[in-house]
Amino acid sequence: MTAPMEADERTPDARTPRPAAPVADPSARAAQIADAAPPANLAAASIPSAAELFGPGVGEKMRASNLNFFYGKSQALHGISIRIPTNHVTAFIGPSGCGKSTFLRTLNRMCDTVKGTRVEGEVRLDGEDVFSLDVTSVRRRVGMVFQRSNPFPKSIFDNVAYGLRVNGGLSRAEVAERVERSLVRSALWDEVKHKLHESAYGLSGGQQQRLCIARALAVDPEVLLLDEPCSALDPISTSKIEELLLTLADSCTIVIVTHNMQQAARVSDYTGFFLMGKLVEYDKTEQIFQAPRRKETEDYVTGRFG
Amino acid sequence: MSEATRLRSRHMVNNVMLGLTGVFTVIIAGALLFILGYLFINGARNLDWAFFTQLPKPTGETGGGMANAIVGSAKILGMATLIGVPIGFLGGVYLAEYGNKSFAFAVRYLTDLLNGVPSIVIGIFAFTLVVLKAKHFSAFAGGMALGLMMIPISVRSTEEFLRAVPNGLREGALALGTPKWRALATVVIPAAKDGIITGIMLNLARVAGETAPLLFTSLNNQFWSPGVNKPTSTLPVMIYTYALSPYDDWHRQAWAAGFVLLMLILTINVSARMILSRSRYSGAR
Amino acid sequence: MASVETVAMQSEARAPDGKKGARAFALRFFSGDEIARALVTISAALILLVTVLLVYELWINSHLAREKFGWHFLVTQVWDPNAGQFGALAFMYGTVITSLLALLIAVPLGVGAAIFLSELAPPKLSNALTFCIELLAAVPSVIYGLLGVFVLMPMIKQYLHPLLKGSLGWTPFFSGPFYGPSVLVAGIVLALMILPFIVSVSRQVLLAVPNDQREGALALGATKWESTWKVVVPFAQRGIYGSVFLALARSLGETMAVTMVIGNTPQIKASLFAPGYSIASVIANEFTEATYDLYVNSLIELGLVLFALTIIINGLARLLVSSTAKFSVSST
Repeated sequence: MTAPMEADERTPDARTPRPAAPVADPSARAAQIADAAPPANLAAASIPSAAELFGPGVGEKMRASNLNFFYGKSQALHGISIRIPTNHVTAFIGPSGCGKSTFLRTLNRMCDTVKGTRVEGEVRLDGEDVFSLDVTSVRRRVGMVFQRSNPFPKSIFDNVAYGLRVNGGLSRAEVAERVERSLVRSALWDEVKHKLHESAYGLSGGQQQRLCIARALAVDPEVLLLDEPCSALDPISTSKIEELLLTLADSCTIVIVTHNMQQAARVSDYTGFFLMGKLVEYDKTEQIFQAPRRKETEDYVTGRFG
Repeated sequence: MSEATRLRSRHMVNNVMLGLTGVFTVIIAGALLFILGYLFINGARNLDWAFFTQLPKPTGETGGGMANAIVGSAKILGMATLIGVPIGFLGGVYLAEYGNKSFAFAVRYLTDLLNGVPSIVIGIFAFTLVVLKAKHFSAFAGGMALGLMMIPISVRSTEEFLRAVPNGLREGALALGTPKWRALATVVIPAAKDGIITGIMLNLARVAGETAPLLFTSLNNQFWSPGVNKPTSTLPVMIYTYALSPYDDWHRQAWAAGFVLLMLILTINVSARMILSRSRYSGAR
Repeated sequence: MASVETVAMQSEARAPDGKKGARAFALRFFSGDEIARALVTISAALILLVTVLLVYELWINSHLAREKFGWHFLVTQVWDPNAGQFGALAFMYGTVITSLLALLIAVPLGVGAAIFLSELAPPKLSNALTFCIELLAAVPSVIYGLLGVFVLMPMIKQYLHPLLKGSLGWTPFFSGPFYGPSVLVAGIVLALMILPFIVSVSRQVLLAVPNDQREGALALGATKWESTWKVVVPFAQRGIYGSVFLALARSLGETMAVTMVIGNTPQIKASLFAPGYSIASVIANEFTEATYDLYVNSLIELGLVLFALTIIINGLARLLVSSTAKFSVSST
């Protein structure tokens, strides 16, 4: 890791003496880039540095450096290096099987739950290596919402209270208060307040997914990962969740994987494009959609691919 | 043969053979219905209150009941459940949630093997394990024999129903920072609860009628047998003994005992299936 | 400094489990994860241990008989406790012949009914009938024995015996007097007992045959029966064989019902009307009466023989069935 990097991530002012590389000069930027990217990895070469990408005042919440991931012998991720900005929405797009979901699952170590997998490289959360932290504390700080809503076979209230109770230390009143707050934050409160103790399976698909968001929010995660949260939902439910993400981003760092490019364009501040296990390009969302630097990205966002 | 006659003969074969399969079904259903009906009628007719409240009368005297055998069966089944279900359940959790390749393969393989062991051989095993060492027959030895028989099905039904729980529930719990064991205890196992309970009930119904493994473990007893260290009477063994006796009155009691035992087993069986059919994640069935 | 740590971390390929050092272990231990893992692993190991112990006990406790008789145990017919002479042949014959007879009766009936239930019967009727037939698998063997002694035996004596004697009495299989307890009755009772297994498993594997197989055959102009017998059944063949082996294993080890109706006479007679004896029956009858060690050891060696026999058949059954259809808890 280079010294300038260290400076970048803490204080935006103390940048490298080199001026921010002009957009047209990728080779100059490559030198500045991310620590671990080996020269052979072309993918990483087009990713701007944190300072350049985020601008002043925006911190770096999570960072992956040269992350490789293996399912048995086959490599699913190749040298992913990326920075996730604090309290913004970051979206990952790419065709099916490109590794975007796999990468998302390394951020809170959900990848651990699959047997026969292996990770190389590092993922940092506020500068701490998540692989050396206790896995449960990582997941408490980095919440996750899955593609298919997965409410527990319990009441609505118990679903949201689940994480609070597991972590313990709260009185009944505090739990109730946090449950209400989470349901309000996930814009579900008005729809369920009169039936909190009914089964969560009575809710519609969109409501179930927002319940899962509320459940994740209840433990006050610093980061919320969403793995194609709207892929099974109708357009109205989808737009509700998108609105929700925009408001949540004030207080929470959000990373969303989506196969829907319009969705990425609507909700995210930053977008990364994955292809065949590599992060091809990562930049401000407008940049990715309006003036992508890489041919592959352009082909994908203009619909010439996948 | 002309095309038309061939076609006609093909249709005839079709009708005959298909009809035959229907006839076979009727034969099976009819035979089974007949023997069960016979048991119900004959059993219910010979059942009286004394059957449940009195001890067996000495050889040759009429009357009496099987109160001690009813209590003995309950005691031995209770012990069997306490021995077989916890080990089987935890072993099933291991296979479904923790198992690594080679060890889990060995456990699964030997569980299947144990499941296929004839009950009389299990009886010999319990005999060498308990009776030979304690030097006397006992209810405990019977409980051990039936408990061993309960292990394989406990393992496989627990494993099967845990596997039927969608992985999303595990992930949902783990993603909230829940330790794995708590995710299992509070989300996954409760979700599979109906299936696991059904498995235990079917398992219990299966061993409740077992006779062979009890013949030389808990033996039999004409009297009450307090505690777990004495030879103990059970309903299945009583049915066997009484059916082969030369006394008409004992034959009548054997029918009554058969009726009671079968009602018990069918009740457990049917209610287990009802629980399963309204369960959310009901595994293969 | 972070940079040093980074280099170290990257060179180290980690298992995703994150097993690193005593601290992480202690953390997981006190969160309960290690305790839970230990508990379930020990239980699983206990199951292994029990099974191994079973084989060990059978082996050790039959050593007197194995030392004295060696392989002759399996090929001699004399069973004379008074003279201390023990041979398993008559019992092995009785076990095998009753089971084969049961299969001979139950397989055509059972597979036929399974075809009816899976291919012809409307689903509701099929499910209801299957439910009833599966319930019969729950009836304990001692009750089948009771019915065998008091219902089937008299009926066979009155109706079936004269019929068989009249039509097939000239063959050695149906000659000689018929008193009641016999290989024939044992075979019929066993057939009733294994029918539910054959019907239920065969129906499952037949239902698992993809519908396009049926449609493919029908579209070529096959009759319903031709499509069933020449396409669907062969497709499900392995599973059906599996169900037959499963039933065979069960009938080989079946004790009570057989003991009550077979007649308990250690002899090898061609006639099915003659009484016989099976391995399981002799163990059930004589175990508590065995007065000296060699006698007990010989009975336990019989148990070992039975164990080996059923394990082999069961193994074959599972091999066949697991490759076509999934087992259900209640039918195993």
